Amino acid sequence: MSAPGTSEKEVWPLWEVFVRASRGISHTHVGSLHAPDATLAVRNGRDLYTRRGEGVSVWVVPADAITTSDPDAKGAFFESPAGKNYRHASYYSKSDGVKHL
Amino acid sequence: MTETHGPDAATTDVDHGHVAVDHVVLAAELVEGASVASHDVAEYALWLGDDALIIAQQLGWWISRAPELEEDVALGNIGLDLLGHARSLLHYAGAESGRSEDDLAYWRDEPQFRSAHLFEQPNGDFAHTIARQLIAANYLFELYSRLQASGDATLAAIAAKSVKEVDYHRDHAAQWVLRLALGTDESRRRMVTALGDLWPYVDELFADEPLIDRLEGVAVRPSSLRQAFDEAIAPVLAEAELEVPRGFISSGGGRSGRHSENLGFILAEMQVLARAHPGASW
Repeated sequence: MSAPGTSEKEVWPLWEVFVRASRGISHTHVGSLHAPDATLAVRNGRDLYTRRGEGVSVWVVPADAITTSDPDAKGAFFESPAGKNYRHASYYSKSDGVKHL
Repeated sequence: MTETHGPDAATTDVDHGHVAVDHVVLAAELVEGASVASHDVAEYALWLGDDALIIAQQLGWWISRAPELEEDVALGNIGLDLLGHARSLLHYAGAESGRSEDDLAYWRDEPQFRSAHLFEQPNGDFAHTIARQLIAANYLFELYSRLQASGDATLAAIAAKSVKEVDYHRDHAAQWVLRLALGTDESRRRMVTALGDLWPYVDELFADEPLIDRLEGVAVRPSSLRQAFDEAIAPVLAEAELEVPRGFISSGGGRSGRHSENLGFILAEMQVLARAHPGASW
């Protein structure tokens, strides 16, 4: 990468943004943004993704720090569970008195 | 931008389903208070409202022109916060003379505006806008912090709402001052130039005018904010390895309606539509 400011075409690095809607809920991926560094990425996340009161906490992660599954290997990766519905908890009958399962 | 997909998604859609600009609901503190300012209080509200209005108008220029889309949104958000403060203050200022916030924004000419000269300084390059923001946000933060204790309930309520927003504005400005000043040789050169160009307009913000003497307990005495302002700015400049600029000091005059040529251009753009189509709405 060239030194900052030397290229007209230079763009800021990409960050993935996670917002927690309220206490007790996990952070959810809401989208991505550009920012020159992590501190400003959090600020930009606040401006882009919480302006309608969506969140109480923002995480940012450099997009290139995320390792993804291979989209071309979907079959090998995700089809094995097909037909194995006994893996769903709903396959079993619920005990009486357990209300919140 | 992405809408939320949580339980609140439906509410969000309703809230943003239509926008009627001629029917914007005023802030709660104004509706509930429903008080009318005395002549002096109205004049004071006009000073503060004009400061916020002029800088909000200037920040709007950056939308689509900032270094990146994300910064368009950041500056746009800050501008909209300030426009909100201006609306509340001008609504309150106008009630005494039977004028609406729109009457005050669109149908006054330069000598009737009471904004300080800082706010009408040109956007310049990004560094100039950031230098102006650093000064403006720190001034407004100290002002609104104290104004919360005003004897005038409406001013106190507007200040209490606004102070949290300008607190974020000063963080935004400080973050950029650090990055520009400690970035490349070019960004540092621009930041130093910008701070030097804007600093002459600092003193006017803290000048006591005769009106302030008549508003003891209601208005905040500008000179009383200077020390807190200097102490808030000093660590930012120190970390950015910048010196407080020394040089000429603007003679000011904004509170008496004496402005630079800049204000005329700002008003021309801000007022042209309302004047060409009086009463227009969309």
